[in-house]
Amino acid sequence: MRVNGTVHPAPTDPRRLLSDHLRHDLGLTGTHVGCEHGVCGCCTILLDGAPVRSCLMLAVQAEGHEVTTIEGLAAPGVPLHPVQQAFHECHGLQCGFCTPGFVMSVVGLLGQHPDPTPEQVEEGISGNLCRCTGYASIRRAVHRAAELSKP
Amino acid sequence: MKPAPFQYHAPTSVEDACALLGSLEDAKVLAGGQSLIPLLNFRLARPAHLVDINRIPNLNRIYEQDGGVVVQALARQAEVEDSKLVAQRCPLLGLAVRLVAHRVIRNRGTVCGSLAHADPASELPATLLVLNGHMVARSTRGTRIIPAADFFTSVFETTLAPDELLVEAWFPASPGKYAIAEESRRHGDFALAGGVRYGDRLALFGVAPTPVLADPKNPTRGLQPSGDLEATPEFRLHLVQVVTDRLFAA
Repeated sequence: MRVNGTVHPAPTDPRRLLSDHLRHDLGLTGTHVGCEHGVCGCCTILLDGAPVRSCLMLAVQAEGHEVTTIEGLAAPGVPLHPVQQAFHECHGLQCGFCTPGFVMSVVGLLGQHPDPTPEQVEEGISGNLCRCTGYASIRRAVHRAAELSKP
Repeated sequence: MKPAPFQYHAPTSVEDACALLGSLEDAKVLAGGQSLIPLLNFRLARPAHLVDINRIPNLNRIYEQDGGVVVQALARQAEVEDSKLVAQRCPLLGLAVRLVAHRVIRNRGTVCGSLAHADPASELPATLLVLNGHMVARSTRGTRIIPAADFFTSVFETTLAPDELLVEAWFPASPGKYAIAEESRRHGDFALAGGVRYGDRLALFGVAPTPVLADPKNPTRGLQPSGDLEATPEFRLHLVQVVTDRLFAA
């Protein structure tokens, strides 16, 4: 599988979840693990460009596919990805545990709706749980990310 | 490791998948995995074998048949949601699939997987039932067409045999009046109670061990919904009436 542009062999044990493979085998600990049953959204990554839950996939299933994690959005030293920049500007995070999952979901949302309505923003982030912000600043960040993403 | 040990198989044709299902003891089919992998992670399911069908080519099509829409086993719910053919031929399916969890889950989850999983609170089994659709199962013994009314038998139980693979589902055209409504605690959760209308027909979900057809004039008749932390049986019966009124108001 290709992770953030680099080819890696799949794990030998088919029981390895993609989330655990990214964190424990590849050291990509930016992908967080919360509930491990698809509810919290912390482990969201991009599979061939579309956001999916990495805790609900076996790592062997990603063989032959393109995986993007939060580390792959912007390399160290280069400007932040527009969605990261927007979360930074709008205070779209407090403790930060849910943030990688939110950012990856919002990247997917803006791919689907480059100029989302408030309803589409609500719908787009409804699969991610945040226990700090109350979501208001996250909603603002999504709209700001849409602005920043415009050419 | 979260899941209990299993042997992993990744067939690349329907024939190979059926041969595996026909020869292995205690095998489970893995499609989108959005219900099965949580069950594995919690070790609520511990199958000896997993047959991952995701490597089978040309099993993800959405195409027209007899005026309605066929959804194959690997068509993701998000693809059905975005399908122009579904919007034209079976808009009710397009509405129903949007109520399934969240977009990120629907990017991976499949319509056929929801049907085979047969969660009684799921929208898609009730939708297939109200439309009088059917499913197509393949095994080394041949092909079997199973009407929705003969498919769901109990909570997570269907008439699909252990050696059968659900290869596609046929949703008839829905040109008549249609609507779907549900009540849940949070957006994207399974419904506490829900209903789907097509013409004069009503199917309810979340209030019995399977989706059930009901009389729109007396939707709660004969129902004995279970109670849990989220809703008492009485509250569920109340919601059935509320949802039915909403569905038939238009």
